[in-house]
Amino acid sequence: MAHAPEHSTDRPEILDRVNPAELPRSKLILNDRGFHWITDKVCGIVEEPTPLWWKVTFVAALFIASFTGAGLLYLVSTGTGTWGLRSPVGWGWAIVNFVFWVGIGHAGTLISAILCLLRQKWRTSINRAAEAMTIFAVMCAGIFPLFHVGRVWFAWWLFPLPNQNGIWPQFRSPLEWDVFAVSTYFTVSTLFWYMGMVPDLGAIRDRAKTWWRKAFYSVLALGWRGGNRQWSNFEMAYLLLAGLSTPLVLSVHTIVSFDFAVSNVPGWHTTIFPPYFVAGAIFSGFAMVLTLMLPLRAIYRLHDVINQYHIDNMCKIILATGTMVGYAYATEFFIAAYSGNAYEKFAFVNRAFGQYAWAYWIMVSCNVITPQLFWFKKIRENHALVWIICLFVNVGMWFERFVITVTSLANDYLPSSWGYYSPTIVDIFTFFGTFGFFSVLFLLFVRFLPLLPMAEVKMVAPQADPHAH
Amino acid sequence: MNERNESIHGVACTFRSPSDVFHAAEKVRDAGWKNWDVHTPFPIHGMDQAMGLPRSKVPRLTLLGGVTGFITGCLLTWFMNSYDYPLVVGGKPFWSPIFPFPVMYECTILFAAFGTFFGQFILNRLPQHHHPLFDLPQFARTSDDTFMIVLEARDKNFHLDESRNFLLSLGGQEITVIRE
Repeated sequence: MAHAPEHSTDRPEILDRVNPAELPRSKLILNDRGFHWITDKVCGIVEEPTPLWWKVTFVAALFIASFTGAGLLYLVSTGTGTWGLRSPVGWGWAIVNFVFWVGIGHAGTLISAILCLLRQKWRTSINRAAEAMTIFAVMCAGIFPLFHVGRVWFAWWLFPLPNQNGIWPQFRSPLEWDVFAVSTYFTVSTLFWYMGMVPDLGAIRDRAKTWWRKAFYSVLALGWRGGNRQWSNFEMAYLLLAGLSTPLVLSVHTIVSFDFAVSNVPGWHTTIFPPYFVAGAIFSGFAMVLTLMLPLRAIYRLHDVINQYHIDNMCKIILATGTMVGYAYATEFFIAAYSGNAYEKFAFVNRAFGQYAWAYWIMVSCNVITPQLFWFKKIRENHALVWIICLFVNVGMWFERFVITVTSLANDYLPSSWGYYSPTIVDIFTFFGTFGFFSVLFLLFVRFLPLLPMAEVKMVAPQADPHAH
Repeated sequence: MNERNESIHGVACTFRSPSDVFHAAEKVRDAGWKNWDVHTPFPIHGMDQAMGLPRSKVPRLTLLGGVTGFITGCLLTWFMNSYDYPLVVGGKPFWSPIFPFPVMYECTILFAAFGTFFGQFILNRLPQHHHPLFDLPQFARTSDDTFMIVLEARDKNFHLDESRNFLLSLGGQEITVIRE
């Protein structure tokens, strides 16, 4: 064994001999853009006359959203039987779509909270849009359990509110935990998003020319003055909210996975579910962030603040989490084989080779194989390709939830009660429309609120360091 | 403070760069000022020390919120499932700290976040839509790329002409008197 140096903290001798090159850190803001440029760029998006592409997309999004409206209207006026749910599959697209949308939201919180705690400065230029995505995705997710209760006008019974029957929610059910997890998640994400936006709303207010714009942004900015006494409390609160959101986001998808894992259904009753669901959520969420940010970057020419370094990092997170998801698929199979439980073994063989094998292999090819392309720099630099791969990831993650939910229920213990589940047109309408609903909200956000957190982007600029000279 | 200053809120002075305002702030702190502030478009790293500010009190409100939330979660689940309407489900205990833990956990986070969010705005005295600074034309640029030190008239060190000269000596660009 080689002789160990006495002081491990000393600079190793070898470094003086080989004299390694000092690699500069990747630049977060290209072309040495100044503070004023950043203000102009971000406020300009809100201040410019409504662009044509926005109007066209907005109308299209409203039209798509109307499909959800139509689906829900028909459901409420007729009954939940109009969805494809029947014995033995009582949890179909509704839960699949719910988990899909909640999962999408997780990347926003990862970027805003976990990467903040890890001091990843590259998060600053994408975090506002990602947080907005979180909030809108959770809103889309909420629609499904809300209407799945059947009589939606009684949905408030889910909450611990006194009702005339004198009964309370039943806290031994994971579904009730989910009510608390998802509503807390939505509330805390919204508070975090809004609080971070207050200084930027103040910046838009200070530039406002017309009285209605001044009034609108003044109300939202709450009279923010940007004094350091305010920043001091603001920064502390921001850090604390990041610290609170981190265990929150991990708990949300953990509790979502409890909906499955706490049951006795083969293929669901496994301890791997919480970490596996969280990894999958971040995986799908980052794919959605890129799906949204790449077109916005091109439209608003944000290349100097969202550069290749940001895109590279996001692709690498997709690669890492995609690989974790693939590993989880393999572990599930191994544990099923190792358990010696015939039902558990069957559940997994049935997933891969049974009546839903088509869905399983779509899932594997989209989630395990496509993200591996991000190992290659050439592919990460081809943004059209990155965008397409992200779409595949989104499709794959939807199918993952479909495979988990439907295969286990359709073929459980008794072959005599097996069935084959397919969605109805009402299911398809309702789900399709949520993309429009999401886009409507996101487009309104892009048009009326600061798309990039100006204050935070300025903070990571090299000239923001008071000891720079 | 003298009677002459009653209609005056203070004196404002703009600076060009973060390092200018940072070093000026250190000197204002050393001169013993208490009622003053530095307005910047983004939080400048180390400015709390340069101004001699104490640590923010937001964490106390976060803790208060978190403890309240945890107790609320415990009481909520115990009262509803064990006291007011005990319901037998799967032979499980009416209340235990284990099964409703997710509820207690989420309540803790929710209330701690409320404590943080509202605590921040309460400590910052927001919302406050009227402030003498908003009437100052230069102030609008402090959310863009300008940095500003404001010395307030209620500070015992304040004297209109002396404070003006003091700000000039710190390398300030443009000096304005802020009226109430």
